[in-house]
Amino acid sequence: MKLVNSADQHPVQSLLYMSGVTKSFDGFKAINNLSLDIAPGELRAIIGPNGAGKSTMMDIITGKTKPDTGDVKFKDTIDLTQHDEADIANMGIGRKFQKPTVIESLTVWENLDLALAGNRGIWQTLFFTLSSKQKDKIATTLELIGLSDKQNDTAANLSHGQKQWLEIGMLFIQDPQMLLVDEPAGGMTDAETMETARLLKEISKDHSVIVVEHDMDFVRALDCRVTVLHEGSVLAEGSLEKVSADPKVIEVYLGR
Amino acid sequence: MTNNSMIQRLFTNDPMGRAVLGLVLALGIIFPLCNVLAPEGSFFHISTFTMTLLGKMLCFAILALALDLVWGYCGILSLGHGAFFALGGYAMGMYLMRQIGDRGVYGNPELPDFMVFLNWDALPWYWMGFDNFGFALLMVVLAPGLLAFVFGWLAFRSRVTGVYFSIITQALTFALMQMFFMNKFGFGGNNGLTDFKDILGFDIQSDATRSVLVFLAAVVLCIAYFVCRFIVSSKLGNVLVSIRDSESRMRFLGYRVEHYKLLVFTFSAVIAGIAGAIYVPLVGAANPSEFSPINSIGIVIWVALGGRGTLYGAIIGALVISYAKSFFTTSFPDLWLYILGGLFVVTTMYLPTGIAGKIEEYRERKNARSQTEFEAALNASTSEVNS
Ligand SMILES: Nc1ncnc2c1ncn2[C@@H]1O[C@H](COP(=O)(O)OP(=O)(O)O)[C@@H](O)[C@H]1O
Ligand SMILES: [Mg+2]
Repeated sequence: MKLVNSADQHPVQSLLYMSGVTKSFDGFKAINNLSLDIAPGELRAIIGPNGAGKSTMMDIITGKTKPDTGDVKFKDTIDLTQHDEADIANMGIGRKFQKPTVIESLTVWENLDLALAGNRGIWQTLFFTLSSKQKDKIATTLELIGLSDKQNDTAANLSHGQKQWLEIGMLFIQDPQMLLVDEPAGGMTDAETMETARLLKEISKDHSVIVVEHDMDFVRALDCRVTVLHEGSVLAEGSLEKVSADPKVIEVYLGR
Repeated sequence: MTNNSMIQRLFTNDPMGRAVLGLVLALGIIFPLCNVLAPEGSFFHISTFTMTLLGKMLCFAILALALDLVWGYCGILSLGHGAFFALGGYAMGMYLMRQIGDRGVYGNPELPDFMVFLNWDALPWYWMGFDNFGFALLMVVLAPGLLAFVFGWLAFRSRVTGVYFSIITQALTFALMQMFFMNKFGFGGNNGLTDFKDILGFDIQSDATRSVLVFLAAVVLCIAYFVCRFIVSSKLGNVLVSIRDSESRMRFLGYRVEHYKLLVFTFSAVIAGIAGAIYVPLVGAANPSEFSPINSIGIVIWVALGGRGTLYGAIIGALVISYAKSFFTTSFPDLWLYILGGLFVVTTMYLPTGIAGKIEEYRERKNARSQTEFEAALNASTSEVNS
């Protein structure tokens, strides 16, 4: 998939470009002069101790939190700080929350139906009927996340891990250009964790994906470029071997 | 899904809704007929008082339905829906005032009595046009609709939610009550609008006119129910429920939550206004106390007791409580507020899903039982075949 910038038809250099981003809460710098560059189609893992600012970084990208200073650009030219959550979602950035968030009172199928790419206008939803193509899309997604036999179950009755998968499925079916996935393996068994890594690798074949995760086996399974965040800025970046050999990273992780 | 099945979905999976509406429609036909056709003293006669009571209860049921749509489905707890009901009622009341013409106490052909009493010499601009029934109907929809739209636009755009939203809706209805109580505001002050003579040329006191109004209330309730049901059984209904359950998830899925809330809030206010417009000619007055905050809280109790998020539950709640209120306020007037308070406590503690919740529970149990019986019968017959 080759992305082009709609304005001038140049190939997109960076899908996401953050530079000099800072955000303080009551004087505490949760994000401190952060810079990040994600290429189109890239799969990137972000690791870092609790409180490093990983979730806050996602809040900034998705319009939930406005940074104090710094640039946040999507596809080279779009200034994300000027848009709200719904705008940004419709531009093609999907997000999974750290705490799994699915619509508990609806069925698995209905959750996917809601997330399905398409018009979000009020009249369209009032008179909406699924096309057979869209039904196929939901069926494929159910298969991808392994919930085909649970499609008519209420989401509240899913296990924790299944909710995480459903939420990833909801991201996938939105068909965004970039997926931000916050701690997808949280609260999962080892087998589920590996299954999740496989799922995200599958999705990353034709989407850019940024994954935040603590679990080192999981990050190893993703087999991608790793960014280490610490105290709101980038501490190290590179392959997992390279960053885990970095003395600064070892100090942050072991020095605690 | 074709257009046909869009209509079908109104009637499927909703046996309780059909039962409640069937009852409403039956009462709305039988009461007026028995009032007008059966002679007084006959076993079948229904008094004008009883028929009017039914009419009022049906108006309250429409109002409860309106609140259930915003609160039960979209999670917007409005504690000001009484204001929209009252506004619709005042719009109708203004038409009825203009219909009095020179038959008022002061015999002024242009000005309602209270304006003559205040020594006003001309009709204020905001009373213009209300001598026209069509214009009044338009205002029945526009007055509550516009207020809800502007108020909702400000609130939802600034993401005022939950208890904060509830409090400002209480403030809204309280402020309106203060204004309508003032003489110089131009809506009859303390006394409100009253002494109506006729509606569209028909005597407003006559049994025949009231019968028609009661029947109309039943029909409007049915129509409002089906429109609400059409909404909640569509994908839009799922969007509303999802906004209720996880507003931020919906934003990150690209839904403009504030637009959805604004639409459903405004629509609900319009339904409430229509209910008020049927209520006022039925009771013969538009009173400023309709704006009192306690009224709006009462609506919430109807819906909570009936069971929110089911539509038919709201109708049951409104009918049951307003009937109980009429019974107790005539027999034991001092007790009513305690009973209402008690009902609220009992509902929140023991009946969190309301009457409708209990009904659904019972139906599920029954279904499960007949399912096992069916399977047992099936097993028995297969084993017979095998042996
Ligand atoms: N809305 C907020 N208000 C105040 N402090 C916040 C807010 N959001 C995050 N923080 C703080 O910012 C820091 C980074 O948090 P977070 O981004 O959640 O870390 P991570 O996801 O890397 O564990 C934490 O110290 C947290 O307490
Ligand atoms: Mg986090």
